Amino acid sequence: MKWFENIDWVQMWEATQETLYMTGIAGLFTFVFGLILGLLLYATNEELLFKNRTAYSVLSFFTNIFRAIPFIILLILLFPVTKIITGSIIGSEAALPALIVGAAPFYARMVELGLREVDKGVIEAAESMGATKLQIILKVLIPEALPAIVSGITVTLVALVGYTAMAGVVGGGGLGNLAYLEGFQRSQNDVTVMATILVLVIVFVIQFIGDILVRSIDKR
Amino acid sequence: MIRLQNLAKVYKTRHGAINAVTDVDLTIERGEIFGIIGYSGAGKSTLIRLLNMLETPTSGSIQIDGVEMTTLKPKELRGVRKNVSMVFQHFNLLWSRTVEENIAFPLELAGYPKAKRAERVAELVQLVGLDGREKNYPSQLSGGQKQRVGIARALASNPDVLLCDEATSALDPKTTDSILDLLVDINQKLGLTIVLITHEMHVIQKICHRVAVMEGGKIVEQGPVLQVFRHPEQPITREFVKQLTTPNENELTFSHLRERYPTGRIVQLTFVGTSAESPILAEVMKDADVLFNIIGGSVSQTQDGAIGTLFVQLIGEADKADHSIAKLRENGVEVEVDER
Repeated sequence: MKWFENIDWVQMWEATQETLYMTGIAGLFTFVFGLILGLLLYATNEELLFKNRTAYSVLSFFTNIFRAIPFIILLILLFPVTKIITGSIIGSEAALPALIVGAAPFYARMVELGLREVDKGVIEAAESMGATKLQIILKVLIPEALPAIVSGITVTLVALVGYTAMAGVVGGGGLGNLAYLEGFQRSQNDVTVMATILVLVIVFVIQFIGDILVRSIDKR
Repeated sequence: MIRLQNLAKVYKTRHGAINAVTDVDLTIERGEIFGIIGYSGAGKSTLIRLLNMLETPTSGSIQIDGVEMTTLKPKELRGVRKNVSMVFQHFNLLWSRTVEENIAFPLELAGYPKAKRAERVAELVQLVGLDGREKNYPSQLSGGQKQRVGIARALASNPDVLLCDEATSALDPKTTDSILDLLVDINQKLGLTIVLITHEMHVIQKICHRVAVMEGGKIVEQGPVLQVFRHPEQPITREFVKQLTTPNENELTFSHLRERYPTGRIVQLTFVGTSAESPILAEVMKDADVLFNIIGGSVSQTQDGAIGTLFVQLIGEADKADHSIAKLRENGVEVEVDER
């Protein structure tokens, strides 16, 4: 028996690209929206910034809801929204809204936690120097929480790779989809194994880069 | 320079109201080093944080350089804060920035151009003695060096007032002294008004011109350091003064000394100001024909002169001893006699 005899390498490469595409684009939007949402969560719960119990409760409530809905269900629930945004409910693009909506609240919570770790004394020191609230956010909070912000996006990207596998439901493609259709349903185990190896490689590379970045910015 | 009137801060908690600062009236002159001493919980930390409005007072007035702080709009307050800098017990440096970037931080906030920042930072690095450390991160520095960065950062915006919130409390005694020397140095060089809070009498003794003693949110006593040392009125002040004047408290008490020196008369002499520096003891001994046996004591330097305590055994005839005691008192020495 030949190793990997059933594998169509062109198809495998396409699937890899689809996974990378979905992870990359969704990751980018997740980073932006998650960072903003995380900052809002932190700022509305912090005396020194914009403490507002109602605003925090509302933000926190929705963050929790979208974090709690299983991704596969979120994907289906978001069909109408997806249709409006991307004009279609199938294909890699169609998976993006659900990926972002699923991952951004997850990342936002990690950003919020990271910001909370910033020493209150340092924020107060900036305040005592006459810093504006915007300066506190841009020059103190984000730089001081940067290792947590970066390690958070690393974890989120790894989770996104997992989510993309489920995006096969909307014909999003990717390695998960390939492993399911070509590997499992047609009993071609070598395809499943190869797809798994590629997913693992992607995850390891993401984690490796994330770790190096964190190490280079963490001066504590 | 700084004028506090009827200042009060009440914290409302679930368990009722806490009067952190009550009825504080205080005037601090330009260019002086003013110390506020008290045990933890006395309200001194709240008081110093009221000075730059990190805490909002419940009532009363705070005037700095004629500006009423309590009615400033947020934008105006930010402007005034550049003139009233603060140094913290735990330094509060940004770990993500190097020494020079930390020092440049307030300048960056104020929108200084880059070239000007670099110039000012170089000056400050010199002033606080951190040459060669510019590119280090705080985690690579010792506690004393971190506080030097904290002081340089506080001085960057050329403030008139420097608030020190337990600035030496996290440091070992030797480092404490070097930081205190630095504070005196900048007080003299830059004419800066320094307000500091501490629980260590040593800090007050070493660098302050005037002192206020806080207890239970109130200022119970205040005055020039030497005067407060000479005539402490409140029990708490006496406790603080005692920390300094009797280094071996257990050994240097009358009842203890009585047993070890059964003959003669034991007196405690307190010298304040210049008298600690002139040879009064020798003069009186020669003059009155009594022998002085020095048992123990200490001398500490303050900004306005020395303060010393001596335990002495007087050996000689009773009237001669009396005469010498009178003579000492004439010369401004406080004499406490053990009446046995």
